[in-house]
Amino acid sequence: MNKIKNSQTYDVLVSRHNPESASLRGYIIGFLGSIALTLIAYLLTYYHAAGRDVLFGLLAALALTQFAVQLIYFLHVGKEFSPRLKLIVMSCMIIVVCILVGGSLWIMSNLNGRVMPSTKQMTRYMNDQDNL
Amino acid sequence: MAAEIEIHNTNRLIESYDRDATTILGFWVYLMTDCVLFASLFAVFAVLRNNTFGGPSGATLFSLPYVLAETFSLLTSSFTCGLAVLSAQRGNKKHTIFWFGVTFLLGLIFLIMEISEFHKFVKMGDSWQRSGFLSSYFTLVGTHGLHITIGLIWIAVMCVYVYKRGIGQTTLKRIRMLSLFWHFLDVVWIFIFTVVYLFGALHA
Repeated sequence: MNKIKNSQTYDVLVSRHNPESASLRGYIIGFLGSIALTLIAYLLTYYHAAGRDVLFGLLAALALTQFAVQLIYFLHVGKEFSPRLKLIVMSCMIIVVCILVGGSLWIMSNLNGRVMPSTKQMTRYMNDQDNL
Repeated sequence: MAAEIEIHNTNRLIESYDRDATTILGFWVYLMTDCVLFASLFAVFAVLRNNTFGGPSGATLFSLPYVLAETFSLLTSSFTCGLAVLSAQRGNKKHTIFWFGVTFLLGLIFLIMEISEFHKFVKMGDSWQRSGFLSSYFTLVGTHGLHITIGLIWIAVMCVYVYKRGIGQTTLKRIRMLSLFWHFLDVVWIFIFTVVYLFGALHA
């Protein structure tokens, strides 16, 4: 492999036969995109640029966008030959994660609404226990 | 002559990619199950985030600029890891080791920053024993840190391996798996950054 001097030509040759292979252009797009998205999310939070509920939505959207950017440009998901097994396995994972996180939050918030509110005595008792 | 070598090399590459594709898919399946582990920890954190038990909340505890520096360090290391894979694909041993070295250093900076943050919290008395929120915080971020530690060991081993044996098909396969692992950790960090730190700051 060392025999090939022109590395640009080599990259093109490799990528033609293996669509999953890395390319410098892809990495640069992914890197700059991620930096920009992180900075926007950070500045929005730092300056409380909008109402809280709006910000929650915006930050979630920015995180998901960055997730997509890194999946495509860093992890090369969906670029492989079909059947796109990487993409299929990942879709299954996303379904499991949604059920797990969404379900836990749903159940626990429901439970939270049903338990007895803690009284002042209970809080004082718990604070008195040194080993808590 | 040069064209012949290129065709020969490309054919060899196609063959090896077909053979390696299965192994790499297997590693990808492992990464996805790891995602489920992180998802459960995220779920625990989301449930316990307000249970501060009189202790500090995320908004009072975390310093956002510090976390931003951590994030940039990890993000840049993900990028340089990509450059290492690119160099390996071109068969350039020196560049591969150099870029993995940079990745290792940036990853180490990230890890040291994270550990010193943990140390600061514990010293102030806000350890994992303080509240449900802090227990889940330390578990979630600590598990990510543990993965980073394993990744750093792997990168170091890979550097020695490339230095001693050069870049063959097997090495290239391993390098591609290592890069998947490292990029995956960066992806997990996006969500830790958003859910733990940014959302935490909003709860103030």
